[in-house]
Amino acid sequence: MTARAPLLQVRGLTHRYGRQVGCRDVSFDLHPGEVLGIVGESGSGKTTLLKCVSGQMQPSEGEVAYRTRDIGTVDVYGMTEARRRMLMRTDWGIVYQNARDGLRMKVSAGANVGERLMAIGDRNYGHIRNEAVDWLERVEMDIGRIDDLPGTFSGGMQQRLQIARNLVTKPRLVFMDEPTSGLDVSVQARLLDLIRGLVGSLGIACVVVTHDLGVVRLLSHRLMVMKGGRVVEQGLTDQVLDDPQHPYTQLLVSSILPV
Amino acid sequence: MTTSLEDGVMMKAEGLAKSFVLHNQGGVRLDVFSGLDLQVSRGECLILAGPSGAGKSSLLRSLYANYKPQAGSVLVRHDDTVVDLCSAEPYEILEVRRRTLGYVSQFLRVIPRVPTIDLVVEPLTVRGVDPAEARERAGTLLARLRIPEALWGLPPATFSGGEQQRVNIAMTFVQDYPILLLDEPTASLDLENRRTVTDLIDEARQRGAAIVGIFHDAEVRAAVGTRSYDLTERKAA
Repeated sequence: MTARAPLLQVRGLTHRYGRQVGCRDVSFDLHPGEVLGIVGESGSGKTTLLKCVSGQMQPSEGEVAYRTRDIGTVDVYGMTEARRRMLMRTDWGIVYQNARDGLRMKVSAGANVGERLMAIGDRNYGHIRNEAVDWLERVEMDIGRIDDLPGTFSGGMQQRLQIARNLVTKPRLVFMDEPTSGLDVSVQARLLDLIRGLVGSLGIACVVVTHDLGVVRLLSHRLMVMKGGRVVEQGLTDQVLDDPQHPYTQLLVSSILPV
Repeated sequence: MTTSLEDGVMMKAEGLAKSFVLHNQGGVRLDVFSGLDLQVSRGECLILAGPSGAGKSSLLRSLYANYKPQAGSVLVRHDDTVVDLCSAEPYEILEVRRRTLGYVSQFLRVIPRVPTIDLVVEPLTVRGVDPAEARERAGTLLARLRIPEALWGLPPATFSGGEQQRVNIAMTFVQDYPILLLDEPTASLDLENRRTVTDLIDEARQRGAAIVGIFHDAEVRAAVGTRSYDLTERKAA
């Protein structure tokens, strides 16, 4: 089997908040099209790790290297801020738990999607509009509401809009922080299936942070379990969930309430 | 450690050991098996035998890399290469499962609210089969397994136990896996459906699949098995 070159390489990543440690000595590779789930309780360091890995917060120690389409592998925190922002706008996407962090609430749904295209230089209004319509359809939104403000949408629709806004530039890597947490269970299942379908058919690599083991079982290929800032166990998702080795993972898996 | 397989051998376990340590129950250690060797070739159906609790399902799950063995290797012929599932990277294991290694579990576990037909179509479209052809093949198989067409558009959550099991079987048998692992696929089926599944298994073997299975029904064992492997004496002391 040919080993594929990793898309993202994280080495020895540590982040401290003053004397508090957010995450400690985390290393992993992410391959193209691979979905990595990160689970752990509140305060385990999973969101800190996601912020450091996704270019949003410089870690105290360690390296994040990303293999670009055109200029080889780059050190995410070694490049200029302007270049990093360009990378985040074009090749990456970030889906936030709270849609308000990821959407512009004062412009229409269509503009939220079109804006990302304009940011990478698209100036043809007709093309931008068509792409926006196409993406709103792909996330199963009502096209009749393309000119409405995101604030008038339900939570589930706001998450769909966020996903469309992120995927319109055809990113190779998407970070998601609790993408379904604030939603009704009935909305969650549909959204998860949508995310799974899009990510799978487009071959997008993903890092998904969640406290919900059901979400990672459905979405992620690989799983990392965090506790106290450290990765205590990692591996194939169904193997970690069905045959957990670490005491904390065993506790986590056995604590799921039956329906 | 071996990294090649003899001609015709599709899967080979060597020195395989499985135990569980229950950290939250006083650190109890359960040894299931150790030093286990087995292999299965093209056109063979190996029956795992032994009483309840002998570790048959644990072995089958270890062969699928769903359980993590404490020692040993599980070599799988994947295209022109040999992959050790005990040391492979997760993405390699998933690639092996996508095209080479099929597994029918005892219970159906699927994404809620996805229609039955889509569940059966998906393994094919993921591999690049034309959606119309995939639907045709999925429909043919569901019909053969006596799932009424009226149910195809519904998610299987509300189906009977036997219907769910047949959907589970369809999701695996819709593609021609070179290796199949079957964990009691006929357990809750009536006679007619049991015969259909028996036929499917035998057809898979005759086209060259290597099969490892657990079947509690003696009639099914006799109909599909070519060899058996008893776990009783393999049980770790």
